Amino acid sequence: MKLLTHNMLTSSIIKGVKKGFPLGIAATDIKVSEVDFNPDFIKKMIPKLEWSAICEAAESIGHLDGLPKELAPDYETDEDFLKKAHHVIMEVEIKEGDLICPETGRKFPIKNGIPNMLLKEDEV
Amino acid sequence: MLTPARNSKELRSTSSNPLYIPRVKTKAGTRAFSVAAPTLWNSLPVSVKSEACMLHTIQSRYSDIEGRLVADLGCGCGVLSVGAAMLQCGGCVGFDIDTDALEICSTNLQEFEINNVDLVEMDLGCEQSVLDTRWSHAFDTVIMNPPFGTKKNKGIDMLFLRQALDMCHTACVFSSQDHNQKDKHLHYCCFHQHIGKKATEWGVSMEVMAELRFDLPATYKFHKQRSVDIEVDLIRFAHNTTSRTKSYCLQNAVD
Repeated sequence: MKLLTHNMLTSSIIKGVKKGFPLGIAATDIKVSEVDFNPDFIKKMIPKLEWSAICEAAESIGHLDGLPKELAPDYETDEDFLKKAHHVIMEVEIKEGDLICPETGRKFPIKNGIPNMLLKEDEV
Repeated sequence: MLTPARNSKELRSTSSNPLYIPRVKTKAGTRAFSVAAPTLWNSLPVSVKSEACMLHTIQSRYSDIEGRLVADLGCGCGVLSVGAAMLQCGGCVGFDIDTDALEICSTNLQEFEINNVDLVEMDLGCEQSVLDTRWSHAFDTVIMNPPFGTKKNKGIDMLFLRQALDMCHTACVFSSQDHNQKDKHLHYCCFHQHIGKKATEWGVSMEVMAELRFDLPATYKFHKQRSVDIEVDLIRFAHNTTSRTKSYCLQNAVD
């Protein structure tokens, strides 16, 4: 699971959970794989992401890799920044571990890079 | 390098877009790309070929895939996700409820050395799974071959469509409908009218991009025939505010 996907996942489907975002990460296996850099795609993605959550998640798994925590106003023209952002949101992958609901502490296991967001009937 | 196969007469195979295989004399010659590629393409099952053609149409007519963030709802073993990656989508997230299918999908992605596709195990069939969350309008395009919405899963196809429209700017829906009933024409006509009505209700435009036909082998125990011919429509839905195409198209019936 990439941090791009992590930024979209919430646990708000659990009964009683209001926001359920961002989910905590307890990673046991992290893989960095190379993905083709597409600056236009990254530029378009950044406004859709919750930037503080990206930085928080990256820091918690030790892969902030020099990414600034505040978005500079001219980030669209900063090639170096876009490359770093690309690396963190597209290339860093959590292979094994758990996602943790910030409100209830419910764990969603990640196996082989696939987070399991399924709930039991009584949790919905 | 690749050219479509041309026959002097219209054959049944014409609809599956076969490629011309050049003649070669030596065994080494068969390994050339110009021979190996069309041979492999022609040997693929019709369903795979038609899905590939559909994705190509989505990209070439609307540029809905290249450099976009794509979601594949009910991705299964990932035919559409792999296709989207081949057409250079910026990123793709595949959703499915089935652990085994996702395992296969993950193996397929590795085999094709695709690494911009992410998979999530999630139940899209439950009422509020995706609604009101961060997923809403996060994607540029949703591609899907939704469950049929028959038998036990009645209405799940419309639920998928609703989810898809909430998640994106444009939804490309690859809709399959079994038309092998006796009341074939009636069923078909109703299906289009039903979807058309829903689309107007939701404020989205709908366009039938292609109608295809392929056979589906029996997969479930309750399937009585060994295989049935099904008709498949490729329908594109677009939100009226963001869409470039404001055409509203509803085809009524097959004559």
